[in-house]
Formats: sequence, structure tokens, C-alpha cells
Amino acid sequence: MAGKTPTGGEIVIQCLEREGVEHVYGYSGGAAMPIFDALVDSKIKFVLVRHEQGATHMADGYARASGKPGVVLVTSGPGATNCVTGLLTALMDSVPMIVLTGQTITSMLGKDAFQEADVTGITYPVVKHSYLVKNAADIPRIMKEAFHIATTGRPGPVLIDLPKDITQGPCTAPFVDTVRLPGYRVPGRADPALLKKAADYLAKSKRPVLYVGHGSVISGAGAAILRLAEKLNAPIVNTLLGKGACAEDHELHQGMLGMHGTAYANRTVQNCDLIFAIGARWDDRITGKLSTFCPDAIKLHIDVDVAEFGKVLKPDVCMAGDAKLVVEDLIPLVSKCDSAEWLKQIAVWRKSYPLKYAKKGGLRAQYVLDRLDRLGGRDCIITTDVGQHQMWAAQFCRTTKNRHWLSSGGAGTMGFGFPSAIGAAMATGTPTWAVVGDGGFQMTLCELSTAALQKVPVKILIINNSYLGMIRQWQELFFDNRLSGADLEGNPDFVKLADAYGVPGKRVKRAADVDKALKWAMNHNDGPCLVEVEVVKEDNVFPMVPAGAGYEQMLIERPKVKMDKPTGST
Amino acid sequence: MTAATTIPFHTISLLVRNKPGVLVRVALVFSRRGYNIESLVVSPAMGQGEYDGIPITPGEFSRMTITCSGDPDNLGQIVKQLEKLIDVVTAIDHTGEAVIESELCLAKIKSGLDQRTALLQIAENFKAKVVDYGSDSMILRCAGESDKIDAMVALLRPYGIVEMVRSGKILMARGLAST
Repeated sequence: MAGKTPTGGEIVIQCLEREGVEHVYGYSGGAAMPIFDALVDSKIKFVLVRHEQGATHMADGYARASGKPGVVLVTSGPGATNCVTGLLTALMDSVPMIVLTGQTITSMLGKDAFQEADVTGITYPVVKHSYLVKNAADIPRIMKEAFHIATTGRPGPVLIDLPKDITQGPCTAPFVDTVRLPGYRVPGRADPALLKKAADYLAKSKRPVLYVGHGSVISGAGAAILRLAEKLNAPIVNTLLGKGACAEDHELHQGMLGMHGTAYANRTVQNCDLIFAIGARWDDRITGKLSTFCPDAIKLHIDVDVAEFGKVLKPDVCMAGDAKLVVEDLIPLVSKCDSAEWLKQIAVWRKSYPLKYAKKGGLRAQYVLDRLDRLGGRDCIITTDVGQHQMWAAQFCRTTKNRHWLSSGGAGTMGFGFPSAIGAAMATGTPTWAVVGDGGFQMTLCELSTAALQKVPVKILIINNSYLGMIRQWQELFFDNRLSGADLEGNPDFVKLADAYGVPGKRVKRAADVDKALKWAMNHNDGPCLVEVEVVKEDNVFPMVPAGAGYEQMLIERPKVKMDKPTGST
Repeated sequence: MTAATTIPFHTISLLVRNKPGVLVRVALVFSRRGYNIESLVVSPAMGQGEYDGIPITPGEFSRMTITCSGDPDNLGQIVKQLEKLIDVVTAIDHTGEAVIESELCLAKIKSGLDQRTALLQIAENFKAKVVDYGSDSMILRCAGESDKIDAMVALLRPYGIVEMVRSGKILMARGLAST
């Protein structure tokens, strides 16, 4: 290379190498060709997907499982617009991601050139930040800034739009190691006065609960939170995305709270006198009807994103900082709460309202996921798609390790489960179960090619009820069972479909065959495999707090009376 | 919230990095929540000096002054979301604070011979300058607080305002406080 001036595309790839990028997920195209050309001489592994959305979810899964930023490389126009859903998914769940998009040459910008789209314009609302590179000399600085922004503070996706003349032309600018971003502030440790205030509230609490969210997973705060919980003698609940921060089989852990949380977790939240959000954002799936959500409880909040303070409700103490550092700083200031009675009461709720499902009347998804949990699911990464199977997996597959539970929470993106499992498995080498529904799987199943080609240890578990089950459940409960757009008639034979891609599969129809199939998949060491489980078509996820209702209206089983249409958000 | 009825307009001052797209990013924070921007002034800011100990390059920063109305809780959230933008350095809602505010107005009025004296009297009272003087029209230029301009415009209206252009409000915190 000596003497030869590198191209902009080569500098882009060298910047990725300098950031320690191992994998790039993407799809090639005309406007990105100089970048793809530079990849030929790089040690970075390029994973050619079958649809750009799949690339974004793979990079997302890679990032969630490893904590390192996921990188996507696609071309201009439709290549870039196909990434929008993946960007939203990553933004809503605070996932660090770099999306490189090819763009038409700068002289043609805005002239409706072939495969031109205003990609920065289209993606403004779904990125943490974005760049349109107009000058090759800016590439090293922009790449450095992009990685810094994507991975620090509240992580998120950063998009870099790269016109082809910029990546094809020479770039002589030196690499940079520092960033100058006036106004970009990343809080680290909380104000000691606020810590003291929080400790004072905790000292007075007799019925505390720690409410643990995705921020705790991202910051790796789990061990510190467990120490805090043990010192306080306080119960823990976690959100859908908070699963895994603290081991869910710990004796103080009550599982997931919220719309489909365990009844005992929700009773705990409903009756607490202090709720302590650690890296959680009082999402509408958590609070239900705001006016009846813990109205008299003291609320403490740790968040690295100060814009979350007061967004949904007004906590008594807001501590800006990294969840792990803030909790660690708080531990020396607290002592044991007078919470013995409280824990006794929670134990009674646990006994009165265990998670349960009908053992008769056909094969149930809950049984399958319960067996997955018992047959080694906790040693694997579990990703999910979106819908009933997601909630059942959250309830029955307890997560005991950080970054072992990957699910699209904020965006609720169907099609996320399978490709994110590919990324997670590639990042860690850990066997990964993609628990998906028959609906969501079909949105990104073309990535069977990618999974087979990369020989990833992904075990696809299709919970097939031939319905969009959560839609059907709502229509049954709230819309007089008037089914509309819920029946997935015309599903393919998933085992044959997998076979067509060279992926072995098994179909299970009886409870007696579940263990055998799951064990077969657990022991399958030669690339991906698939287990399709035909479950009871019409089953419902309980407990359920109807959208917009308060915790006092939580349904533990199917109501006998007709329900009003829910007023809350979706 | 009663404040929304007693203080209809909020003025938010932003120091932003002068980058392509920063205006769109700022506008999207408002439009996503269904808020309308009543007035918006953008201009170069801080042409010299230093920020965080590093010398400022000319044209590095811009100042935006945005006037809008809405529920104070939501506006508080809007200010936080504005500050969260990477290209926004500071965002401050100055409502209720001691500030100097100013706006510029150009008004073109029909003026036959018999209206001129009255119009010139209004102009004098509001320290407006006649910047164009024709046989059947005149243009007045008036600077000052927005309330003052509103008052002058109300007095001019009966004479027939042909065109009017207002700059939108700019403001600065009094004393050594930051804008």
C-alpha cells in the first residue's frame, strides 16, 4: 500500500478496524461499491444477509449480546430505507449500532439520481445522531465521533451516509483519537447530595421494591443491584428488557412486572411504599394507568439519560448517572430496611398466584417454554420475536445471566427474533434459542440462508398457533371475539422450508415429544436447527393488565364478564 | 396547569453547532409532539473566544431563539429533548426570567395625503423609522419588545397594512447569566 493514497472507502474500513469491529452485516449495492471493495483487503468478516432489515437486527443482536457496537453496511435508496425498522428497534431499546449507507455522488444529491433517497432526512427521528459526509477529509473524525456517540451515555444507533465519490476518491486525512462534541454530556456518578436523599428515603421504607430495567443490563449493574437488594432486604422486579441484569432465580427476585408480569411482582409494585427505578423509564407497559400507579409510594430514579426524568412521572429523587456506578455509590449509605413483614406478604402472594397454565386440552406454549427453561435454556442466550410467545418466554424462561435475554421491547418489532439470534450467536459463540411465533418468523425467515451459511449455533423454536396470537387474544377479550387480520391461514410447512435451506428441523405436536425435540436441538452442534411446535390455537397470556388500566384491574385468568375496549396505548 | 393560560408563549434559546440538519432535528422535537413553532430566529453565534478550553472556530456555533406555546410540563420535556440532541449545546427556556427581548418589524401602509400626519405621529410615538416614503405608501421600521410592536400594528391596521414582515423574537439574559 506504500505510496498509494487510500480511498475514502478504505479509510472507512480502516476506521472500523481501529474500533475493533469484527463483523459487518449488510447487503451490497452500487453506491456502496468502493466500501465493499475495501472490505476485500480487510480482516473484518462481512456477513451477507438476505434483506437489509435482517442485517440491522443481526447487528442489534450482536450488540445486545456482546455490549460492543453492531455495524451495518448497505447501499443507497432502498438498501438504506430497509434499515429504518432496525434503526427504530435499536433506538427504542438503546442499542449501540453504526449504520453505513452508500449514497449517490455529491454532485447528484437532490437530483433524484438512481437509487437516491434522502436517507439522513428519512432517518432523523430513528437515530441518536447521523452524518452526511460531504468531504473525505471528515471521514476519520466522523467515524470516531459516531462510535463515541453510539456507545456512550444512553447508547443508540448512528447513521453515516457516504456518497460514492467520497468513498471512491482519495482520503489523506489522519486518523483521530479524540472527539470534540460540545454539548454532549455523559453523566457518570450521581450528585452525593441526591444519593444521601435517596438513602434517607430508603431508610424510612418498610415496603421497598427495586424496579430494574435495560439500563442495568447495559451498564452491567446486576451484581451491584443484588448487593443493594441484599443489604436493604428489598425485593427485585425487572422489566422485559431488564431480564438478566439480576438472576431471576434469586430469592429476592419476583420476576417481571407490568402488563404481562407475574401477579406477585405486580402485587409487590402495587403495594410498595417505595419504588426504585434503576435504568428503567416508567414505560406504559409498566405503569398502566398512571394515576393509579403507586400513587403514594416514594419514587427514586437512576437514569443515564436526564431527559427521562419527569417524562412520565415526577420521581422524588432523580439521580443522573451510570446505573452501576450510582448503585455502587449508594450501597455504603444504606442499611437494612424494616421489610421482614413485607417479604412475608410477598411470599404469600407468590404462593397464591403462581404462574400457571392449563395442563389439559392440548400442547401449550407455556409447557414448551417451561421445559426449555429446565432443559438448559438458562445456559443459552434466548432471543424472542414479538407477541404471545414473547410474553410466555419472558414468564417461563428465567434469565440468570446478563445479556442472555434479547427482545424487542420499545419498538415491538416482529421479525426481530431470528436475525438477532444470528448476531448474538456470532458475537458470543453461545448456543442461542430464537423463540419466535409463526407470524414474526415469516417476516425475516429469508435469513435461514445466512444462518446456514455462517453455521451459527441458532436453535429456532417456532411456537406455531396459526394465529397472530396476541391480536386474537385482544379481539377475544375486548372486541367480542370479532377476529380481524389475526388468522395466519396459509402458513408453510416450516420443517420442509428449513430443509430447503439445508437446516434440519423437527415438528412436535404432542407434549410427550417436547423434551426429545428440545434435547435434539440442544445437542445439534452443526449450525442452525429448527423445532416447530404446534400449540393450542386459542390460548391467552395471563396475568394481564389491560392497556390503560391500573394494576388493581389485573386479570389473573380469563374474565367471565365482557371487558371494555382498552384505552391505553396499543 | 394554569400557567399555560397566564403565560401563552415560551421563549427557548438554543446554542447549537452550526451543522447541516440541526434545524430539522430541532423542528422534529416540536412537530413529533404536535407543537407549532410561532417564531424562529437563527443566526451565527460566538464568533470568537473558547468553549471547554478549546478555541472556537468562526461559524462553529449558531443561536436559535424559538417562541412557542403549550403546556409547561410538555415544554419542559421538549427542552430536555432538545438538549439531548448531539448538535445542541444548551437549551434554556427563559420564560419568567429577567431578559432583554427584541423584535424587528417592517410594515407597509397605504397612505394618501390625508393619512400621513396621523401615521407619522404613530411612528414617532413608537420610535419607528420611515424607511420608504412614496406618494401612496410608506414603510415603517420598528424595533422593540413584541408587545410594543403588537400595539403599533393595532394602531396602523385601520389605515390598511399592505404587507408586514416581523423578524421573530430574539432575547438575551440580563447581567452575567447565560442565554
